[in-house]
Amino acid sequence: MREITYAEAIREALREEMARDERVFIMGESINYGLFGVTAGLRDEFGAERVRNAPISEASIVGAALGAALTGMRPVVEIMFADFLFCAMDSIANEAAKWRYMIAGQASASLVIRTPQGSGLGMGCHHSQSPEWVFAHFPGLKVVAPSTPYDAKGLLKASIRDDNPVIFFEHKMLYRMKGPVPDGEYIIPLGKADVKREGSDATIVATSLMVHRALEAAEELAKEGISAEVIDPRTLSPLDKDAILESVRKTGRLIIAEEACKTGGFGAEVAAMVAEEAIDALDAPIRRVAAFDVPIPFSPPLEDYVIPNKDRIAEAVRSVV
Amino acid sequence: MIIDVPEGVMLDLYEKMVATRLFDLKVKELIEKGHRILYHSGVGQEAIPAGVCAQLRREDYVVPYHRGWGYMIAKGMDMGRILAELLGKASGYCKGKAGTHMACLELGVLGKTGIVGAGLPVAVGAALSAKMRNSGQVVACFFGEGASNTGAFHEALNMAAVWRLPVIFVCENNLYDMYTPYLEVTSVANIADRASAYGMPGEVVDGQDVLAVYEAAKRAVSRARRGDGPSLLECKTYRWYGHFMADEHHYGGYRSIEEVEAWRARCPIRKLRDRAISKGIPAQELDRIEERVRAKVEEAERFALGSPEPDPRIAFEDVYA
Ligand SMILES: Cc1ncc(C[n+]2csc(CCOP(=O)(O)OP(=O)(O)O)c2C)c(N)n1
Repeated sequence: MREITYAEAIREALREEMARDERVFIMGESINYGLFGVTAGLRDEFGAERVRNAPISEASIVGAALGAALTGMRPVVEIMFADFLFCAMDSIANEAAKWRYMIAGQASASLVIRTPQGSGLGMGCHHSQSPEWVFAHFPGLKVVAPSTPYDAKGLLKASIRDDNPVIFFEHKMLYRMKGPVPDGEYIIPLGKADVKREGSDATIVATSLMVHRALEAAEELAKEGISAEVIDPRTLSPLDKDAILESVRKTGRLIIAEEACKTGGFGAEVAAMVAEEAIDALDAPIRRVAAFDVPIPFSPPLEDYVIPNKDRIAEAVRSVV
Repeated sequence: MIIDVPEGVMLDLYEKMVATRLFDLKVKELIEKGHRILYHSGVGQEAIPAGVCAQLRREDYVVPYHRGWGYMIAKGMDMGRILAELLGKASGYCKGKAGTHMACLELGVLGKTGIVGAGLPVAVGAALSAKMRNSGQVVACFFGEGASNTGAFHEALNMAAVWRLPVIFVCENNLYDMYTPYLEVTSVANIADRASAYGMPGEVVDGQDVLAVYEAAKRAVSRARRGDGPSLLECKTYRWYGHFMADEHHYGGYRSIEEVEAWRARCPIRKLRDRAISKGIPAQELDRIEERVRAKVEEAERFALGSPEPDPRIAFEDVYA
């Protein structure tokens, strides 16, 4: 199969969906090139109306996308860094998440917000956060966080066709990662996890960049005779609980790896869900591996220290098998 | 109108601008050698921080924006420690945690946010505090024309005007919001025109002419000190380099080569130099200033590169007071 980058896979999804459905348009700051180059070249193909440079006005970009969606368009907006979602917090959490519910389903907020998340570039605490779980807290929003080019393309196409507001978290350290992506169209349904590696001794649930760190950890553990299964939920909301529970029932152990801070995060939710639904299947305490509960510091050695790496994940697995 | 200032002021402005330029070029050089630094070059825009800050006292506040380090240099921060901070070293102004977002409260530099527009309300708050404490301090708040499209700009100007706060809003209009010509996303040709909507004076200034900036800032600062409230200065300027280091589209992409070259020919440092010489200041004296500054920049580099990395445990410090 051909190999393309994560960024190219996302661009392909945008291009195919814009060609398929003229209601789809994209909008964002300097989207003519795009900061990470994801949208580069699309303006030549689709014109400045549908590849629309927006002012630096995150609240209005998302609010306008909502208005366009309620009245028949299917906007896909880019927020340049996930950190800036907070500038649009009202438009997202109060408006997009709730409008359809409030008006009893008379119209849908069919919009997508694409945004790069994560640390690794030494950009300091305003450009390095992974706030995906914050958004999974709000009913009405869907939250997607792909870890591979294949998943990114299929999930973005599903997100664009979905009738709900979807926040699509792209990891900035994955944009250049290459992976197999078939020619032609395919869709990955939202809400379906993927087993990225099979194993029998422990389940590691990991998202986005942490999927790769978990896979590296699993590789290392395999040499020690420990067989770890790596599950990538791909969608945080709705969460594929069944896939997680099934794996935990098989392995009896659960480790959750995430890039965001530990307190009140994704790991806390998955741990609570498994404790509620399958505590009898557990042979050991659940372990969470997450960033320390501090803002992400600028200095590269400090940043590396705060974010989980393969060693921390492997150590958490060893501590329970 | 030809503006006249005493020779001492002229030489001081010259030194600050040269320091800002040479420091910026040193940072660029270090990045080219592989150091990881978040860099938004201010080369071409040196007249604005130098001219405005020359009207401030040590105890006055500055809220810089992301482009360049002229505010810090003009406010008297040490180039060695600025560079150490940019490199994430323990000897930097914020122990490496802030990087480019650094502050020095002792010299009134409040820190710069990575969120475009977010500094304006903070400047308003500092001005409110100065007024409530009756301290006589004023606040200079810098930002780009792109920031003037954020909600924060509009809310901050209204608040500052309605409370007659001692703040000077300094817009550095370098004609591009990242990869977007500002007129594609901004409804007015002059940002200064927006001042009238908030009931404050707005003035367009030639940002390549440090003496013009110096004089305009004098009017705004005196007004603020008298208790007559805020002003908006818009300085028309241009950045010679890309939006940030990796921006390869800035030369012959979204900006034509002719345009970039025409603005480079209008170098603010050259302009002041020519003016100084025409006033009878010997070229050798200006050269001596340059030599002195060059030596300081070299010394700053030695200090910063020779400084230790921070101890990872400081990541946990300062989260709570
Ligand atoms: C709220 C927010 N949105 C977007 C960005 C990304 N960004 C950083 S600088 C910039 C362009 C800013 O343009 P302007 O204010 O004119 O300043 P300039 O860089 O031109 O000096 C953008 C879009 C950001 N940092 N914060």
